[in-house]
Amino acid sequence: MGKKVGMEVSIAAAEAAALCDVDVVAAYPITPQTHIVEHLSELVANGHLDAEFVPVESEHSAMSVCCGSAAAGARTITSTAAQGLALMAEIVFIASGMRLPIVMLVANRALSAPLSIWNDHSDAMMVRDCGWIQVFCENGQDVYDHVFHAFRVAEDRRVLLPVMVNMDGFILTHVIEPMEFWTKEMAQSYLPQFKPAYRLHPDKVVSMGAFGMPEIYAEQKMAHDVALRDSRPVIDEAWDELARVTGRKYSAVEHYRTDGAETLILAMGSLCETASLAVDRMRDAGKKVGLVKLRLWRPFPFAEIRQALAGAKDVVVLDRSVNTGGGNAPVTSEIRAVMYHEPSRPKIHCMIAGLGGRDVTPDDVSNMVDMALAGTGAEYYIYGVRG
Amino acid sequence: MTKAMDQIAWHEVEAGGIITEPGNASSYHTGTWRSQRPVYIEEKCIRCSRCIIMCPDAAIRPDYDANVVVWNFDYCKGCGICAEECPVDAIEMVEEG
Repeated sequence: MGKKVGMEVSIAAAEAAALCDVDVVAAYPITPQTHIVEHLSELVANGHLDAEFVPVESEHSAMSVCCGSAAAGARTITSTAAQGLALMAEIVFIASGMRLPIVMLVANRALSAPLSIWNDHSDAMMVRDCGWIQVFCENGQDVYDHVFHAFRVAEDRRVLLPVMVNMDGFILTHVIEPMEFWTKEMAQSYLPQFKPAYRLHPDKVVSMGAFGMPEIYAEQKMAHDVALRDSRPVIDEAWDELARVTGRKYSAVEHYRTDGAETLILAMGSLCETASLAVDRMRDAGKKVGLVKLRLWRPFPFAEIRQALAGAKDVVVLDRSVNTGGGNAPVTSEIRAVMYHEPSRPKIHCMIAGLGGRDVTPDDVSNMVDMALAGTGAEYYIYGVRG
Repeated sequence: MTKAMDQIAWHEVEAGGIITEPGNASSYHTGTWRSQRPVYIEEKCIRCSRCIIMCPDAAIRPDYDANVVVWNFDYCKGCGICAEECPVDAIEMVEEG
């Protein structure tokens, strides 16, 4: 424990999947996810990972293979980004509706058009309501650890839901970071064998993916919604256990220098690290600014967010996608809704930044805070747009 | 699944809608779809059994003791094929209440 080794985050994520001893990998290469899948393919081809690698012809097929594989009781992983996620979207909703514990690593990338290979969160937000557990990672270590976490949570009999691990494309996927790696023993002690409640097997015949008549569809949807919300204690339990194994403690909502803060920045993903540098600078300049990191996007951590934002005068939400025509952005919209019924609520500012790979520096974050506090009254800004 | 589909509460459904019991489609009563109902005119019926053969839902059966044909209205969708096929017009379709 404690020895840090530099590795590209994509390669590390694939190594984590290998340590989880996945049975099936079905994926189609797409930038910026490519290195994850390439490395998994290499591990299988070289005999280091005893898994079936299915080189599918599209992302739609990738998720379809994953559904069949998980239904048969195999530990299953895939990975995609942007247009790939859009193409597989149909099956993404089916995977969760059928309660299949697939793990998917999403290398977040902007949706076309204009065609972009660069990072933002528009792909993840497109499937926001897909009924998966959705986590946003801040750095490489975070990504690596959450591969193990995802399988443990997904396959838990109390959960049985797919888990999406979001990592910012290029900003995380293509960067070499110092990370602490798990041993085979750690992985085995942390992650029990996958024992599905039901699987496709001739010894005990079941039907999966059946038609849902109007008389039963709403009941199934309710059961799915409750299952996703009820997965929360298991998610926390898996984080606690991860802390015991690695010494690193993750939470649904994390705080950085929030004591006595009048203004809070709220962000998801790698932007949290950038924002923490901005907070340091603003604190040094005597400004009472802190950072709230939202790691768990679904199930949404209502209680923690209400508690975290309760004392603030202003909250500046940094969004990485646009709710086009909706007058704000997905994270802001959620935060405003959550705080609406609170007796005292902060002013919630919507700052959209980093679209399609536009760089966001700590100075940009400070600027956004200044702009928000100056209060021009706009419902939302797309920061840095010219003209 | 012993309960009819429209009696099952959300917390009673199998996770993911998995069907664990074969043949459970019979617990779903398609008769609720019916907008027209077949009315049997016993005096006209010549007992040829053509309606029984033609019914796409196997919802008509002979009652040999009473010497009539009877409909299972849990599954009769009111399609009217029986009335159409009857060679002696012993089945009449009427609007469902």
